[in-house]
Amino acid sequence: MTKFEIRGLRADVLIGEDERQEILKGVDLTINSGETHAIMGPNGSGKSTLAYAIAGHPRYEITEGDVLVDGENILEMSVDERARAGVFLAMQYPVEVPGVSMSNFLRSSVTSVRGEAPKLRQFSKELQGAMKNLAIDSAFAARGVNEGFSGGEKKRHEILQLELLKPKVAILDETDSGLDVDALKIVSEGVNRAKEGGEMGVMLITHYTRILNYVKPDFVHVFANGRIAESGGAELADVLEADGYERFVKAGA
Amino acid sequence: MTSPSTEPKAHSHGLGEIPFSKLATHGSFDVNDFPVPNGREEEWRFTPLRRLRGLHDGKAVAGGTDKVDVDAPEGVTVETVGRDDARIGTAGFPADRVTAQAHSSFEQATVITVAQGAVPERPVTVNREARGGTRYDQFVVEVKPLAEAVVVLNHTGTGVRAGSVDVHVGEGARLTLISLQDWDNDAVDVSQHNAQVAKDATFKSIVITLGGDLVRLSPKVAYKGRGANAELHGLYFTGDGQHHEHRSLIDHNVSNTRSRVEYKGALSGKGAHGVWIGDVIIGEGTTGTDSYEHNRNLQLTDDTRVDSVPNLEIFTGEVEGAGHASASGRLDDIHLFYLRSRGIPEDEARRLVIRGYFLELIGRIPVGELREGIMAKVERKLAEHE
Repeated sequence: MTKFEIRGLRADVLIGEDERQEILKGVDLTINSGETHAIMGPNGSGKSTLAYAIAGHPRYEITEGDVLVDGENILEMSVDERARAGVFLAMQYPVEVPGVSMSNFLRSSVTSVRGEAPKLRQFSKELQGAMKNLAIDSAFAARGVNEGFSGGEKKRHEILQLELLKPKVAILDETDSGLDVDALKIVSEGVNRAKEGGEMGVMLITHYTRILNYVKPDFVHVFANGRIAESGGAELADVLEADGYERFVKAGA
Repeated sequence: MTSPSTEPKAHSHGLGEIPFSKLATHGSFDVNDFPVPNGREEEWRFTPLRRLRGLHDGKAVAGGTDKVDVDAPEGVTVETVGRDDARIGTAGFPADRVTAQAHSSFEQATVITVAQGAVPERPVTVNREARGGTRYDQFVVEVKPLAEAVVVLNHTGTGVRAGSVDVHVGEGARLTLISLQDWDNDAVDVSQHNAQVAKDATFKSIVITLGGDLVRLSPKVAYKGRGANAELHGLYFTGDGQHHEHRSLIDHNVSNTRSRVEYKGALSGKGAHGVWIGDVIIGEGTTGTDSYEHNRNLQLTDDTRVDSVPNLEIFTGEVEGAGHASASGRLDDIHLFYLRSRGIPEDEARRLVIRGYFLELIGRIPVGELREGIMAKVERKLAEHE
């Protein structure tokens, strides 16, 4: 049982040497393991900033608030310590790292997060199985990290990492964007497999309700102007689907 | 075999208004044709002359010895010849005083010949260990038509060395020439590679410079027929106080020829200085040239210096492709963020990204064993800086 808490979080995006802009303006949210929280909102509302700020992206700076995993403040940890503490971010735009092979990267990552190197044979079997589940050709293991991958291939590899690293909290930043229905189903099945057993909490950031047909949310939050504007159950998504975000955009303007 | 617009002036009477290339495609075998450089000349302005140990002003007197081991598979002959051998110096003029000095002063040359149509089962390897002193050398690599070979020149040890490697790639032949500058950290090496690439032939040059106090290497390519292709890949790791300078010149003097130049370096530590000069000439009257050159530098510490200068001279309107790019900077913090966001500690993430930077290029070396051997050398060098 894990409790993931965001308390009064404020963060700036660093634009230039002396230029910054406040994006997060006091975010409060608690996610217990087993729960799926959808964060929905208009473009530019700060949803992705929330994800990146929690992960420790160098372009964002947290100015106030706490992010706690079972009471421990991860904001005092380095980027890699946060990941080892069980926080995983599936990125909207995964980064290409030329020359570093996917298999080498995944083995290093799994070794760091699990605290010991997996047996080579066992790991290669585990990796092959996980790749197969996500309909990823085994040839990708020898390619550079995300190098020359299509948008859909990158997203599938993000979920591959999610399944291998088994985090306590998964933040999925618009994992559905740019996917066709078949790819969306494959990716959603991966998320649902990772959720099985109820030990992982999910923060599912999305602009569209489509993915919620495959990954069922327990709670839906509307994100607008850098904070959560309204919260509800799964039915709130249907309201948003019908009415759009107009009401929230106006309220903040 | 140079572009009409780049012939030496003495030969260009009557050419009138034709533009004249500023780039050095000509030269001389006689050291006395070059004045002693003072460091302000275009071709010397990046090189610390004081560290040439007299190579440039006649004060470096030959007397050093080398230990040379040759592994020549079937289909390959390796000879040691004297000054009078007609095959020496046939692929290009020395372009600067040091290379001319080497040509004026050398006593022995090594000639490697790959027989027509031969496909040797393993690379031709020349291991040269320099054992101090000054020495001038000439190498000739002649790959006869339709042969396919990999030639490795592995330079180790210490001393002051200068010379040329003349390369002939015959019609339809393929040569990969790997030159490893794995010198001790007090060695000085100034050399010029001249390649003549015949019709439908492919020349691949892989230059890996890790050692030496000062290494200045100038690979030059000229074409003898259509369909000729040259790829120049370079990799350097420049540590504290080292000067690594690579000056490539591709002379597209024939139509329908292709070139790719990609040099990548990493620099670390006080006084590390990397220089890359990439000259490309697309000759007058030629058509269908496809050319691209690219230099990248990874500055691992702030006290390093990089000079990166691409020069592109085009004397025709009928070009298929011609481009260049140059970028120097620090490790990309977004690369590091991505790896670290998967739990990989910062030190290890840095190591992975730096290795990846080199592996991208080392991956193009055709023989697995060579790749591993070279990566092991790079690893050793990296370990000194971590």
